[in-house]
Amino acid sequence: MEPTVGVLALQGDFAEHLSVLTRLGVPALDVRRRDQLERVAALIMPGGESTTISRLLLQFGLFEPLRERALAGMPVWGTCAGAILLAREVRTLDRPSLGLMDMVVDRNAFGRQIDSFEADVEIEGIGGGPVRAVFIRAPIFTDVGPQARVLGRLADGTVVAVRQGNLLATSFHPELTDDTRVHERFLELAGVRPARGETAVARAGR
Amino acid sequence: MQAGVVPSLRSAWGRTGCGEMQEPEKATFRTKAGLAQMLKGGVIMDVVTPEHAKIAEEAGACAVMALERVPADIRAAGGVARMSDPELILRIMDAVSIPVMAKCRIGHFVEAQVLEALGVDYIDESEVLTPADEAHHIDKQPFKVPFVCGCRDLGEALRRISEGAAMIRTKGEAGTGNVVEAVRHMRQVMDDIRRLQNMPDDELYAEAKRLGAPVELVREVKDLGRLPVVMFTAGGIATPADAAMMMQLGADGVFVGSGIFKSEDPERRARAIVKATTYYNDPSVIAEVSRGLGDAMRGLDVAKLPEQELLATRGW
Repeated sequence: MEPTVGVLALQGDFAEHLSVLTRLGVPALDVRRRDQLERVAALIMPGGESTTISRLLLQFGLFEPLRERALAGMPVWGTCAGAILLAREVRTLDRPSLGLMDMVVDRNAFGRQIDSFEADVEIEGIGGGPVRAVFIRAPIFTDVGPQARVLGRLADGTVVAVRQGNLLATSFHPELTDDTRVHERFLELAGVRPARGETAVARAGR
Repeated sequence: MQAGVVPSLRSAWGRTGCGEMQEPEKATFRTKAGLAQMLKGGVIMDVVTPEHAKIAEEAGACAVMALERVPADIRAAGGVARMSDPELILRIMDAVSIPVMAKCRIGHFVEAQVLEALGVDYIDESEVLTPADEAHHIDKQPFKVPFVCGCRDLGEALRRISEGAAMIRTKGEAGTGNVVEAVRHMRQVMDDIRRLQNMPDDELYAEAKRLGAPVELVREVKDLGRLPVVMFTAGGIATPADAAMMMQLGADGVFVGSGIFKSEDPERRARAIVKATTYYNDPSVIAEVSRGLGDAMRGLDVAKLPEQELLATRGW
């Protein structure tokens, strides 16, 4: 059986991620309970409110199992709120993060909603030109340690994409655009092959 | 209605970045509608003090609505209900790290300008306040801050979206603690969408006329099988089961106004409604969180309200 990719579905734009996975022909599952977490081979943590998601992770007993599976090598990708939860330290969040990636996160680092923006970002390992990255009350990554690798920056050098082994963090939302290249990159990292033959570049040209 | 000037939401959503580098751009429709997408599956709570706001954030609210009085108290007080004091809104913005929304009167574009200047994350052009204009809603397109607006049916939702709203909520009847109108409006929107999906393309023009909405948006709803923006429920949600029912009926998330801070134990009720919204398809969780919550807000029979006291009929 094809490995299933899970999307943490406690709160946020999980449906958008599930829809991209479905378009890529990958078996996907929305994850709200422990038994669902056990069934997936990789996990995406979506955008949303990190305070809400971290509280629900703790209350429904998903926090430790998720952490253990990620430490055991399960590929995990966090977008925005999801990325916040992956960091070793989060400024201005008085709740525990999963502490899995060697970096510090500043929440709402660009300001309030009126400062939300789109910008082109080149991502290491993704060909075909920059991705149009959507930043919504977005965090930034600072103090990226030697265990982690910066994959993408804004023009001013701000770090917005980081990889550490099986873990991927983006402070923007690839799930809000039609460009599926970042999803495909994560699936490659997770060893899951998209079933649909249509290439991202062909799609982006539509 | 000038359907021709309505920007195609499809083009706003569909841009991708292959090829040449493009300039960064602030406050695009995608970032406006995108924040609403980040709120999905969550609960937005009315709060009247910074302390309430912290309780809401701690309970897991995905955003708060900052206002001077919850709708039940606005109803009781009578008189003209206006935008809240900026001082209060700023104190609430300082108190929490989650998004803060605030309400302006229908058609009161200067109240909206003030809220934008304060830096609120979303403006609710709301029928809960006394309308400032009986003919025109705010032209929301030029604003950098996104708007959420109420609706009772698909036509009303699409009129607001054509004016620039980046998020929709069904109206319900605010301040009643009675879910019946929320159900009526959600079912109406869903029914209107299902009708479109079964309609041949050549009948969409007449349907657009019937709905009073631009045909381009009508066609987009038919193709998508849903609104092109996020749609929450509002107006009368008082219990975890109310919230879960509205989610099962198709809401993307829940506004709770008076239902939390007019109840006996707001903190517990807030946490319970958050959990019921996430696990809306899991009756065992809803049962568990509903145990021993204390009294819900008292509530009103909407059928016995005099017509001039109804809020949902404000706006067009």
